[in-house]
Amino acid sequence: MRVGLFVTCLADLMRPSVAFAAVKLLEDAGCSVEVPESQTCCGQPALNSGDSVDARAIAKQVIASFEGFDYVVGPSGSCMGTLRCDYPALFADEPAWRLRAEDLARRSHELLSFLVDVMHIERVAARYDGKVTYHDSCAGLRELGVREQPRKLLAGVAGLELVEMQGTEECCGFGGTFCVKYPEISTKMVDDKIAHIEASGASAVLGGDLGCLLNIAGRIRRRGLPVRVLHTAELLAGMGGEPSIGEPQEP
Amino acid sequence: MRMSGPSFAQRTRIAIHDQRLQGALANASSGLAAKRAAQKAALPEFEALRERAREVKEHVLAHLDGYLERYEAEVTRHGGHVHWASTAEEARNIILEICRQAGAKTITKGKSMVSEEIALNAALEAQGYEVIETDLGEYIIQLAKEPPSHIIMPAVHKTREQVGDLFAEHHRPLGYAKHLTDIGEMVNEARQVLRGHYFRADVGITGGNFLIAETGSSVIVTNEGNGDLTQTLARVHIVTAGIERVVPTLDDAQTFLRLLARSATGQEITSYTTLSTGPRRADDLDGPQEYHVVLVDNGRSKMLGGPFREMLRCIRCGACLNHCPVYSAIGGHAYGWVYPGPMGSVLTPIINGMAAGYDLPNACTLNGRCQTVCPVKIPLPGLLRELRRQQFEDGLTPRTIRFALKAWAMLARRPRLYHLKMRLAIGLLSRIGRSRGVLSRLPLVGGWTDTRDLPAPQGGTFQQAWRARKGGRS
Repeated sequence: MRVGLFVTCLADLMRPSVAFAAVKLLEDAGCSVEVPESQTCCGQPALNSGDSVDARAIAKQVIASFEGFDYVVGPSGSCMGTLRCDYPALFADEPAWRLRAEDLARRSHELLSFLVDVMHIERVAARYDGKVTYHDSCAGLRELGVREQPRKLLAGVAGLELVEMQGTEECCGFGGTFCVKYPEISTKMVDDKIAHIEASGASAVLGGDLGCLLNIAGRIRRRGLPVRVLHTAELLAGMGGEPSIGEPQEP
Repeated sequence: MRMSGPSFAQRTRIAIHDQRLQGALANASSGLAAKRAAQKAALPEFEALRERAREVKEHVLAHLDGYLERYEAEVTRHGGHVHWASTAEEARNIILEICRQAGAKTITKGKSMVSEEIALNAALEAQGYEVIETDLGEYIIQLAKEPPSHIIMPAVHKTREQVGDLFAEHHRPLGYAKHLTDIGEMVNEARQVLRGHYFRADVGITGGNFLIAETGSSVIVTNEGNGDLTQTLARVHIVTAGIERVVPTLDDAQTFLRLLARSATGQEITSYTTLSTGPRRADDLDGPQEYHVVLVDNGRSKMLGGPFREMLRCIRCGACLNHCPVYSAIGGHAYGWVYPGPMGSVLTPIINGMAAGYDLPNACTLNGRCQTVCPVKIPLPGLLRELRRQQFEDGLTPRTIRFALKAWAMLARRPRLYHLKMRLAIGLLSRIGRSRGVLSRLPLVGGWTDTRDLPAPQGGTFQQAWRARKGGRS
């Protein structure tokens, strides 16, 4: 099975280990993984800022890059939601591209829902000693129905205790460009999220979207709190012991 | 009408640092979301009802002219009068004229968001009428001289202590000497004060949650019964409603009534659901002598044929506000006009102009929770994004943002150049931040680094590492 990895710009630039974790999980599941070099970003910054010209151009680039793969999989509910839910609507006036966009949408999946729903993976061989909580990222949850899949896989991780925090479905305040355009609202929202994380008693928070995780980790580090922040895929790929997001790295 | 004065950013800052407001908001939002969830869980056909409600509204919007004409004919047949107002000003003038002809001095009002939209109270008071809001929440904010901060709980931003102070100030001259702190006692005192007004009122103005085409009836829902007293005890009853309020049949109204209270306050149904059809008939024991309906367009018919048509399905339940993390962070007043939250962020720029409401569609994380709780399935995030698209096309997007976007898109559209530039930039950031794990201050992204550290990149891009691992083959 040929899977094209949609790396996502944030994993590519900020945290390659998330993409390597995705590759490991996919290969362990029996997929042959390829990474088209012509991908950059899904185009959300343009799409969500109203710049439909650039959004369409970037969408076409993604569509062309991933033609021919059985599946297109990425470690982000937000980006994969864009491919699945938003691309087809961008081409209302270009029927040929619309068909190609719909074809891409049908083949596109968020990583963990792909592993569970399509590859029928029940369990991954990982160990993590500690109490963790899981933040439901908005796009994955509401656009793609990612909710049970990560919990199912986490339940099989040796040594791991998953505790649910209050308000797990509430937005962390990232929102793409929102967090820099409206920093005070965003900070209030992430502080509310962090209060729930702390109240859960977990020593680490997991999530499926790097945008949310950079936001949460950035605020946690600024406030000097001891909570670790990891992408769910990293933990499931057995990389949960590596420096977490925002932690100092070994030289 | 528009609140003038401080900018969105200033209003936001004030709201976030207002400890009393934050306390009131925290109480309200968590409780209401839980109550709605319990109602949804207890009603197996809830999702089917949402779909049915969406279909009915779509059908009405496709045949709006026909249903409005049918409604008008039925109201007229029952002895009432229908007035058509294409703008807020026309609506105000129609109502002022009805009040003048009635020789009115005192006007009671049931809760009506359309009357807030058309700034009716200010117009009535400017002509010397005594206007009394009878919904407890509206009454409180009328005493406080503030606009509503929520479409169904207009005084949700007020704490019990603030209400006690307001009542003490305004009720003392009426002979109520005690400074109250108990909610039950406050409600009782307000009821006593209001009761006198109902009997003095010449005109009673209410909103209309639904207008039923087949019967010519208007429907209001309340929990205090104030709407009933407002509309039956005055000589003249005026209903104000948007043209999109019409539904075909009584049965259809039932569909919406089953959804409305569950979505709004998490009740199965409100305490009172009141239908009124025309003025008092010869053998009626009570009721108004005149019955008027003012149908307000104010931009709605323009929405019908465009990308915002779905917003006309809105039944004003407030569920989108109750589930919006931005609303619960800043409250309703920060939005600057009468409609706050997601529904207000769509309606305000449409009714008041794109430039006036620039921030509203943008101050949203597109988290989508509003859409999942909307009883008529309005795709609110999609409509907000469409507003952003129009702002961008109209050149309203600030130049700095346009410039940053264009610069980024120029790279994102050129993969080879993108990967080269990004490798350099990421390498630099990684070297600076690696030992601490974070960067505390970065130029151009103060919006991030003022309150958050930026986690340092791990170093090298994935693409680069992947190519290296694959030995240069791609």
